[in-house]
Amino acid sequence: MPIVINSLDYQLPDDPRVSLLDFIRDHAGLPGTKKGCDHGQCGACTVLLDGERINSCLALAVMHEGCEVITIEGIGGADQPSALQQAFVKHDGFQCGYCTPGQICSATAMLAEIAEGWPSDATDDVRSCPRLTDEEIRERMSGNLCRCGAYPNILAAIREVADAGQ
Amino acid sequence: MRDFEYIRAGSVKQAVGICAEAKTKAIAGGTNLIDLMKLQVETPARLIDLNAIEDRRIEETDAGLRIGALTSNTAVAIDKRIRADYPVLAKAILAGATQQLRNKASVGGNLGQRTRCPYFTNIDQPCNKREPGSGCGALKGVARIHAILGASRHCIATYPGDMAVAMAALDAQVEIAGHSGKNRMIAVRDFHRCPGDRPELDNILQPGELVVAVHLPAPVGGTQLYRKVRERSSYAFALCSVALRQSPGLTNDCRNYCSENGQAWHCSKRRPTF
Repeated sequence: MPIVINSLDYQLPDDPRVSLLDFIRDHAGLPGTKKGCDHGQCGACTVLLDGERINSCLALAVMHEGCEVITIEGIGGADQPSALQQAFVKHDGFQCGYCTPGQICSATAMLAEIAEGWPSDATDDVRSCPRLTDEEIRERMSGNLCRCGAYPNILAAIREVADAGQ
Repeated sequence: MRDFEYIRAGSVKQAVGICAEAKTKAIAGGTNLIDLMKLQVETPARLIDLNAIEDRRIEETDAGLRIGALTSNTAVAIDKRIRADYPVLAKAILAGATQQLRNKASVGGNLGQRTRCPYFTNIDQPCNKREPGSGCGALKGVARIHAILGASRHCIATYPGDMAVAMAALDAQVEIAGHSGKNRMIAVRDFHRCPGDRPELDNILQPGELVVAVHLPAPVGGTQLYRKVRERSSYAFALCSVALRQSPGLTNDCRNYCSENGQAWHCSKRRPTF
C-alpha cells in the first residue's frame, strides 16, 4: 500500500532509514517542508499526518504505509492561499520564512484542536473547554521555533484567523 | 543512522518473540528512539514496528480504565473520562513535550523513554548507561537536570517523563506481556529503576517483555495537582515535578509523588504542608 501525500500516492522507500521528512522533500519532490534541527526540537518539519500535526523528522517513511500526509503545499499555494497563509503575509509573521511552512501547518492543526475542545498546559481546568487566549496560542505553538523572533506577528496572524472563525 | 532490518509485528505474541533477540528494539511513536538512532546512541540491528497491533484504546474495566500501550499521549490527555476523573494525568501529559510530539508518542514508549542526560546522548562522552564501565561524564560535568535523589556513583541520570509521575500518584499498574503467555502487572511506581550499579537498565522489563497497557484504578476524586519546575515556560524537561492526589475527606490519605526528574519516587501518606 502506498503513502498518500497531498492526495497523490507514493511508493514507500526500500531503505527503512529514510525519514518522512526526507521522503517528502527528496522522494516526493515537495521542498516546502523544511529541515531545521532534524531532532524534533524546532518544528520546521511539521506536517499533518492523518489530520494531526507531527514532526516529520522523527518519523520513518516506511512506518506510514496507507497514511495520509498533508504538507504546506497541500494547505495552499500562491494561487489559492489558506486564511492562515494570507494572515501571515498581512501581519508579517516571518522574516526569513524558513520556519513558516511548519508554523502554518502547526497553526492549521491547532485551530482544529481548539475547535475540538482539546486542553493544553495553559488551560486552567482540563475538565473545561479551553478559551483561545493569547497564552493558549503561545503554549500550543511552543513546538515551532522562529529564530528571527517574529512571534508577536505570528501570534497576531493566528489570532486574526481564530477570531474570524469563532 | 546505522542500517537495520525493519519488521512489522502483527501481534503481541510475534513482537515478544522477536524482541527477545539481541540488538532488537521495539518502536511505536519513535519520537525518542529515532532521535537516538540518528545520534547513534541506539544502533539496533532490528526494529520491530508495533503499530499494526492496534492496541490504542482506552477501555473501561471493572474498576477503572485500561489504556492500551499504543494509545497516543494526546489521546489520553484529551479523553473526557481522564480529564474528569484523573485530571492529574491529563495535566502531567500536557506539561510535557509539544503537541506535535504528544500526537506521535505512545503511552508504552513514554514509560520506556531514555534519559535526556547530555552525556548519554553524546557518543563522544563517557556514559555508564550507554556503555557500561566507560565512566560518567555528568558526575563532574554540567549536571543541572540530573538527580539528587536516587543517584549512584555510577550514574546520576534521570527518567525524564511527566506522565509516569502522575500515574504513580494514581496507583496505576503496568501490564507487561512476555514469553509465558500470561501478562504480569507491576505498579508504575516500581517500574523504573534507580541506576545503582546497573545504570544501563532503565526499568524492570526483562528481554522479550513488552508493555501492553496501563491500568488506572477506580477514580478517587479529591484534589489532584501536577507542578513542574523547568527552565522555560513550555517545551522543556522537568528540573523537578510533583504529582499530588488527595482523597476527599481523608486527610491522612495523600499520595505525593515527587519526581526528581522522575527517577526517585517519594510516597508520602501524610498531608504535605505548603
